[in-house]
Amino acid sequence: MILLVTSHANGKLTKATYELAGAARAIGREGPITALVLGSGVSQVAAEAAKIAEQVLVADRPELAHYDPEVWSAAVAQVAQEGEAHTILIAASRGGREYSPRVAVKLDAPLLEDVVSLHDSAGKLIAERYSFLNRVSETIEANGPVVVVSVKPGVFAPAAPASEVAEQFDVDLDLPQPRVKVLQQVKEASDRVPLAEADVVVAGGRGVGSPQGFTNLIVGLADQLGAAVGATRAVVDAGWRPYAEQVGQTGKTVQPKAYIAVGISGAVQHLSGMNRSKCIVAINKDPDAPIFKIADYGIVGDVQEIVPALIEQLRK
Amino acid sequence: MRILTLVRQVMDAQESVRIANNAVELDGRKLVMDTMDEYGVEEALRLRESGLQVDVIAVGIGPARVEDVLRTALAMGADRAIHVETDTALDPIALSAVIAKIAQSETADLILCGGQQSDWDSQGLGAAVAERLGWPQATWTRALKVEANIATGQHDTDDGVESFQVQLPVVITTQQGLNEPRYPTLPNIMKAKRKEIRKDSLDSYAVTPKVKTTGVAAQSRQRLKKIMDGKDASAAAAQLVHSLRNEAQVIQ
Repeated sequence: MILLVTSHANGKLTKATYELAGAARAIGREGPITALVLGSGVSQVAAEAAKIAEQVLVADRPELAHYDPEVWSAAVAQVAQEGEAHTILIAASRGGREYSPRVAVKLDAPLLEDVVSLHDSAGKLIAERYSFLNRVSETIEANGPVVVVSVKPGVFAPAAPASEVAEQFDVDLDLPQPRVKVLQQVKEASDRVPLAEADVVVAGGRGVGSPQGFTNLIVGLADQLGAAVGATRAVVDAGWRPYAEQVGQTGKTVQPKAYIAVGISGAVQHLSGMNRSKCIVAINKDPDAPIFKIADYGIVGDVQEIVPALIEQLRK
Repeated sequence: MRILTLVRQVMDAQESVRIANNAVELDGRKLVMDTMDEYGVEEALRLRESGLQVDVIAVGIGPARVEDVLRTALAMGADRAIHVETDTALDPIALSAVIAKIAQSETADLILCGGQQSDWDSQGLGAAVAERLGWPQATWTRALKVEANIATGQHDTDDGVESFQVQLPVVITTQQGLNEPRYPTLPNIMKAKRKEIRKDSLDSYAVTPKVKTTGVAAQSRQRLKKIMDGKDASAAAAQLVHSLRNEAQVIQ
């Protein structure tokens, strides 16, 4: 079977889960496509999963209320073993990329990490992924009958929910105690469109001048476009913006239809988080800024003048 | 306490990517310690300097040239190094088996490794090592303290920042923000020449790659590079909005 590990937030499946289902259908391997729902109080999520899979396995337990890499990897590996899964699909969120290697080790399986394409060729799983700070595409092939795959969010076409509803089964799991104690969580949730799911991202660097400048220019332009907000490491380190908005090697990787970089010079670590965007727009006062080398459109000028003019133009 | 700090040798991030013989060409390019791993070496040294009785061992796996980054770790202040010499490229899952064996034979209490490799862009190594050893892990750590066998720190998750506490032994993956790695001083570079690098061969570890790379291509997206002068802000803005709406069709 193909085991698809769902992820959910606020009682709903994530977009990345629909993309996993899309990948599972396109892979060209024998099913059944089986969705695994882990959590506490997840009956609603399980019902939603029943529309994108051929069967649903549910572990609804209080110990699963919070994600922990050891608990999650133990759960997924047990289900994979008992169900004789040959392909295990996990969304390559930061959490997914953190526990999927443990699943691979438990199953003595190869890990295809953060893949952007996936297909079966004569029994072998072949994938493409990006490397060298997102600047290279590699074709990789898994060596083994059981393969763990983490799938890059925002790449695969999401599966459309079916009208028929798959059968649900409760699974019994032998779970370890989490050993990492979480002392405090600072959630940086916002009501904006999530970075990884946005069609348009407006991102700001130190060039916007100040936290107030960021709010006026970046948030202002994002509001006008219904876009997500991104920031550089320098802006986050300076405390102007929350970490959740950071784009780059140590933040999030995005590939929206349009990425509008304002006051960002374009350090390679930042570029690695956005250089696969469909259309890149750069606004910067320095004509030699590296960001212009990968831009489709650019304006060389003062961001304090250009951005308000853009907002004004969009309002028309 | 014994700390293993994993160091990998990668192409400097400022070098541009060139492909030759179906691989990213490394010949004649500037090769450095992966910056993500530098934070691990630095953190190990800081733990020692915080007053803990610490033995810092740098571990490198790869061709003969990997000795260069092990020397760098020794010059930064690591006590000794282990070099498993091989020309076989190992994926993180296979590589983790080698590191776990070294950790066992060295009776390590703490393993530090970079949160993401800047050549394979993999985040898998730390977690895979932890799993092989049956240890917990904390990834993307930006602050760390060790007292009485308890590690306390802060790390980044999907939702934000989390403070954690965990008993040793543990694998911690490191990233920018954790510390500011030191530059080796000349006297320390000289001293490092006399420090031990134990050579080991991959044969004794009986690992084979689990993933094979069959093709490599540099990113080929051509950018339009239509760069305008913004002296007249409203004219440039009007032109850009027009282009994005009608030409690129990426905004409403």
